[in-house]
Amino acid sequence: MVKKADFEAPVLGDYTEVPAVTPGAMQHSQPYVAKPAHNEALGYPGELVDNWQEVAVNKLGELVKGSRALRVYLDSCVKCGACTDKCHYFLGTGDPNNMPVARQDLLRSVYRRHYTVAGKYLPKLVGAKDLDEEMLDNWYKYFHQCSQCRRCSVYCPYGIDTAEVSMAAREIMDTIGKGQKYCNEIIGKVHKLGNNLGLPEPALADTLEGLEEDVEEEINVAVKFPLDVKGAEVLLVTPSADFFAEPHIDGLIGYAKVFHQAGISWTLSSHASEAANFGLFIGSVDNMQKVAMRIREAALELGVKRIVFGECGHAWRVGYSFLNTLAGPFDFLDSNYPVPQHIVEVTHDLIEQGRLKMDASANDDKRVTFHDSCNVARASRMGAKSGGQFSLPRDVIKASCNHFFDMPADTIGEATFCCGGGGGLLTDDLVELRVKGAKPRMQALKDVHEQHRITHMAAICAICKSQFSKVLPYYGFEMDQIISVHQLVGDALVFNSDS
Amino acid sequence: MIISVILYLAALVFVIGVGRKIYQYASTPAPLKIPTTPAPTTRGGVVLRMAREVVLFDSLFKASKPTWIFSWLFHAGLLVALLCHLRYFTDPVWGWVNLIAPLSKYAGIAMVVGLTGLLLRRIFVDRVKTISAPSDYLMLMLIIGIAATGLLMRFGWHTDIIAVKQFALGLRSLQFESLPGGILVVLHLLLVAVLILIFPFSKLLHAPGLFFSPSRNQVDNPRERRHVTRLVKDHGQKS
Ligand code: SF4
Ligand code: SF4
Repeated sequence: MVKKADFEAPVLGDYTEVPAVTPGAMQHSQPYVAKPAHNEALGYPGELVDNWQEVAVNKLGELVKGSRALRVYLDSCVKCGACTDKCHYFLGTGDPNNMPVARQDLLRSVYRRHYTVAGKYLPKLVGAKDLDEEMLDNWYKYFHQCSQCRRCSVYCPYGIDTAEVSMAAREIMDTIGKGQKYCNEIIGKVHKLGNNLGLPEPALADTLEGLEEDVEEEINVAVKFPLDVKGAEVLLVTPSADFFAEPHIDGLIGYAKVFHQAGISWTLSSHASEAANFGLFIGSVDNMQKVAMRIREAALELGVKRIVFGECGHAWRVGYSFLNTLAGPFDFLDSNYPVPQHIVEVTHDLIEQGRLKMDASANDDKRVTFHDSCNVARASRMGAKSGGQFSLPRDVIKASCNHFFDMPADTIGEATFCCGGGGGLLTDDLVELRVKGAKPRMQALKDVHEQHRITHMAAICAICKSQFSKVLPYYGFEMDQIISVHQLVGDALVFNSDS
Repeated sequence: MIISVILYLAALVFVIGVGRKIYQYASTPAPLKIPTTPAPTTRGGVVLRMAREVVLFDSLFKASKPTWIFSWLFHAGLLVALLCHLRYFTDPVWGWVNLIAPLSKYAGIAMVVGLTGLLLRRIFVDRVKTISAPSDYLMLMLIIGIAATGLLMRFGWHTDIIAVKQFALGLRSLQFESLPGGILVVLHLLLVAVLILIFPFSKLLHAPGLFFSPSRNQVDNPRERRHVTRLVKDHGQKS
């Protein structure tokens, strides 16, 4: 199994180089396989079933029938190579199977073999392959070296999205009993307790109480962190990491301060105490829907008028793009607000309306850049206009601090690089992959660091924040150089302590 | 005579095969909203996005300038060449077809240059080489063959154009004219027959595929309009 320190962190040069193809460079990397209990809790067989080849091939056929995206993507690739140098995992490792098209080909070759005329009769000619043990092994390894960040899909002339292919492959593997421990264990916890951490209601209440005390002590204002309050205006759904992890928790404090100052009543829910939805990562619409339904149930039970999501990338994708489909319609909520809203949208609106009193000089000790999280950048939107997912967070940061600088243009916006830990890979058994996959982002950070003496990188995603805390030290940065956008906001808000 | 039969057969396979594929693409559900964002928020915006992809190869332009220029040259050349071929099938020849006729040799050259560029890239860029199957090389060589035989006929190698036109018009009206001699014409037509024959079974499906790609053709409006398909179970609650 993978030991922690038996690899070398990449060295950053002057600019990002496209590595030479190095076959097998990451052949040893794979996450822990799920235990039977983890799989069964999600409705999958506990262990690899005997006739797995047959089941897998049938499942593949079923998935292709049910997804236009998959069908079109598997047929259309012309092997132009445009995507080959776009994946951060290829750029960080040189392993050819981490080129998006090669990753797709792991599934495509089996699809061609079993479901196309050319692949059935002339497999060698068109690169069709049987699903044998070696292939399954490669599926498990390399579909867990894709963070489903969609960067490749931006550059593909047909929009082929490897994330969709990875999700399908993971769902097939779940169906034959070869699930991934990290994702499946976590999804089980959400189904049971409502959050990824497996945190029961009393512990959550305790934590929030402690936070109230800390904040009051610090700024002398009774900022509340309400839980399960019926009749509140806003239900805040946020990644559970916000309750514990650094720097996430400072973001949560930021949201609370915003609501407090704007006079908006809000509440968290112990039933839906998690924004993250790992059902997305394993490509399971059923599991994703089951998790999403908790949000609807909580909103109904608490009688809120609005749903707001905290800082979390893939959660925002599920929230923005899928929630309405999976758990809607939300006609019982206030139709003056989009459902759901992102906390950045809320703060942005309040700033525009002049309802927040901010002093950006409170953050004068920081020189800040912003990391666009992949799911926010390429799978969602904020605000009314296309591209708001890039401008709104930057507006909010600029209102909160005086020194903001962007990283190079080909590493932000729709071209943003994944942190290296998304898509269900944020686990210690994949740390080598995570460190190497972060290389392009670290390169860009180094560039702005050298040019503008950047001290901090702000993000709006729980996974990005955890991932960067872990990998920054490998590249000579400090782990606390990653911060929440709403930490900046919270620190810039001015309170009259006697109010 | 044999050539006519082959061409008819190839055309039949093409029409049925591609038609079936298009039907498949159109009838397969897209359960969730997955446009690659930033994406247009209106239908009109999506039409524009697609038009840019089809005409300018927008995404490819972002990705790789060499690949973009070679494949754009090839596709533009192909389009012009195809249009020029209308002069064999229209009688009297349509005015605008006559007008663009002189372009055909440049179109052929553009095709050969573009295709050769793509082929060299496939051979010499290690990443592209890694992902290439035998069929990927053969496909390029096949189309180079078509363009080259066409160009050779255009540049001197004597071919009886009038007779070719007779043959083409015959094809149009389901009469089997005999093909005027000349090995080049035969070769040219045979290669074309192979190309349209393999179209529905190969990566050439990227042509219809592009129009059905959800990451490109979906409108970014999931909050404004609820996207429902039969595949996602509808809990259907009303408040
Ligand atoms: S989705 Fe992201 S991680 Fe996956 S292949 Fe594409 S670029 Fe790589
Ligand atoms: S860019 Fe698209 S068409 Fe080209 S090789 Fe990659 S996936 Fe295939």
